[in-house]
Amino acid sequence: MNTHEMYQTADAILDRCGREQRSVIAVLQGIQEHYRYLPRELFPYLAEQLGVSEARLYSVATFYENFSLDPKGHFVIKVCDGTACHVRKSIPILERLRSDLGLSDKKVTTDDLLFTVETVSCLGACGLAPVITVNDKVHPGMTPDKASELIKQLREELQNADNA
Amino acid sequence: MTNKETMLIDGVPVEINGEKNLLELIRKAGISLPTFCYHSELSVYGACRMCMVENERGGLEAACSTPPRAGMSIRTNTERLRRYRRVILELLLANHCRDCTTCENNGQCKLQSLAKRFNIEGVRFPNTAEKPLIENSSVSVVRDAHKCILCGDCVRMCNEVQNVGAIDFARRGSKMTISTAFDVPLAESPCVGCGQCAAVCPTGAIVVKNDVEKVWKALDDKNTRVSVQIAPAVRVALGQAFGLPGGENSMGKIVAALRRMGFDSIFDTSTGADLTVLEESGELAARLEEGGHELPLFSSCCPAWVRFCETRFPELLPNVSSCKSPMQMFAAVIREQARASSRRHVHVAVMPCTAKKYEARRSEFCPDGKPDVDYVLTTQELVRMIRESNLIFSELEPEAVDMPFGTMTGAGVIFGVTGGVTEAVLRRLASDKSNSGLMRLAYTGVRGLEGVKETTVEVGGKPVRIAMVSGLGNAAKLIERIRQGEHFDFVEVMACPGGCINGAGQPFVPAEEKAQRSAGLYAADKLCSIKRSEENPLMMSLYGGILKGRVHELLHVHYGAGEEERHG
Repeated sequence: MNTHEMYQTADAILDRCGREQRSVIAVLQGIQEHYRYLPRELFPYLAEQLGVSEARLYSVATFYENFSLDPKGHFVIKVCDGTACHVRKSIPILERLRSDLGLSDKKVTTDDLLFTVETVSCLGACGLAPVITVNDKVHPGMTPDKASELIKQLREELQNADNA
Repeated sequence: MTNKETMLIDGVPVEINGEKNLLELIRKAGISLPTFCYHSELSVYGACRMCMVENERGGLEAACSTPPRAGMSIRTNTERLRRYRRVILELLLANHCRDCTTCENNGQCKLQSLAKRFNIEGVRFPNTAEKPLIENSSVSVVRDAHKCILCGDCVRMCNEVQNVGAIDFARRGSKMTISTAFDVPLAESPCVGCGQCAAVCPTGAIVVKNDVEKVWKALDDKNTRVSVQIAPAVRVALGQAFGLPGGENSMGKIVAALRRMGFDSIFDTSTGADLTVLEESGELAARLEEGGHELPLFSSCCPAWVRFCETRFPELLPNVSSCKSPMQMFAAVIREQARASSRRHVHVAVMPCTAKKYEARRSEFCPDGKPDVDYVLTTQELVRMIRESNLIFSELEPEAVDMPFGTMTGAGVIFGVTGGVTEAVLRRLASDKSNSGLMRLAYTGVRGLEGVKETTVEVGGKPVRIAMVSGLGNAAKLIERIRQGEHFDFVEVMACPGGCINGAGQPFVPAEEKAQRSAGLYAADKLCSIKRSEENPLMMSLYGGILKGRVHELLHVHYGAGEEERHG
């Protein structure tokens, strides 16, 4: 990754959120939104600018489930496994996605950095159960077959974008 | 306060005198309420719940985080509280390694002593303790994450007092650990090796690295001559471990013990400190003469400070004195002198400090790859060795250190307390060489255990502005002030709060008892017949002998000259 570009991105976020201790979470959220994860390379700079130690940033980043220190795929697929989705068979959907993409509960992102599959506890859309989201777009009433179809569509989408 | 406010502790009226929390008041009232996570010098964390007290309505309050109020009535020892404390201890012990007999912290562990105090006869929960998870990348401290009770004392010490921020909590819930950023080994973190985390750790989760066996091995080798130097601060702390009163100077007994243990020559680091005084005062005088310096000269005796400066303020390195620390100056001289003999020579330094272990390993102090100081022992390690030698310390007859480096001055002795280096340098620089002038120096604001002291002293007709800070957090704050434009000529920095007397290698005592050690050193200074370093007759012979033409090589160092290597 281009370091210069990274610092510029970080600076923009720091300017927006403020360079002080209490902005730590807001800044990390901003960084995560941009990169879909928290790049380790940025920690020394963020720590210096926010006036906290790197260890403290790491502490915050590892405390919240939502922050990721590992790069995520182009498509982040979240499978809801809240109670409603669970009883309406969310697990077979999760299993299908994982087997289609060669992923597991340990390995959540494909090597080509295209797909990340993770579970969430509840998306608050229980009426649409079982639900998955792709980069925050909601797909209701899923089945394993629909999930496989969705993966295919996403791949095509990406190919078309590449060709264009 | 005109109307004294009172409250009831276990039915006894107690006067409130501005105590910050109930815990302080309860302890003043003579009740030693148990705690893991409370230290008066750190912020209140309220995690361990051992200090819970019961109020008149039967509610429970954590004494450490409740301010005392007039008319309050609390109980500190009820059936319910005893039960709670026991359950907390049982839960902590459930996943704790209970091999106390082989634990490095055996006998000093708070968990162990509280388990004994509260009569824990068995733990009803399944034992989920895991095998030790040792992290020994640092040359100063060793961590075992599985002995950690997550009280956070080390984290707050590292962040609040030392401002180093090498460690913090990571993850959460049952997966929570104390960790460096990205779990890198401590040696690759910003850790400066001050060891204060180990000093406050209530269990064996962070302990000082133990080099005792290596020293025994050297002592047992007939073909090796082992010399040793003892730092000033050691003499006023070691005795405490053997039941002597806090702050009592037991230098003579320490020398006797070392000799019995087989050390061939025994020296006092105060002699090395005299060399430091002469060199550092020379450097300061030259700077003052030149004039026009915006930035101060920083002292360089404390290796944790030097490391802190290197990692945090590398741009200030040119302002750090080029003098080696007393230990390294003295070691270089002792090494030179030992060259005359054909026997293998091992040099040991007994220090109050864990960062000295790191300093001794720095490449600057390993000419030709061999360190000038082979092993650094902390005061606590020496205590261990004395115990292992079966010596009855309190009954040892005091003995004197060896020649040819047997003379030291009061100036060298007071190096062990914050402000001591400054006072010693001022004794050399002050134009008033009379006895009363010497005594007046003590009242210029150089003494006292405050974290930041400032004073202005006249040297050669010019005012010299001096700051003395202890605790790296205070150092960072002072540097910020200097950056804002405040002017100082000389800044003494000691990483440990109060100076070396409270180094992490010393037996741990609560904050209240620390002043005794400083009093002990000033008393030792009074007993020295020579007070000023330049009057030490040994200095003249050294400068005319071993040091002739080699002052720069043996006594000075250039930090930051490509030293990228971390301690490890």
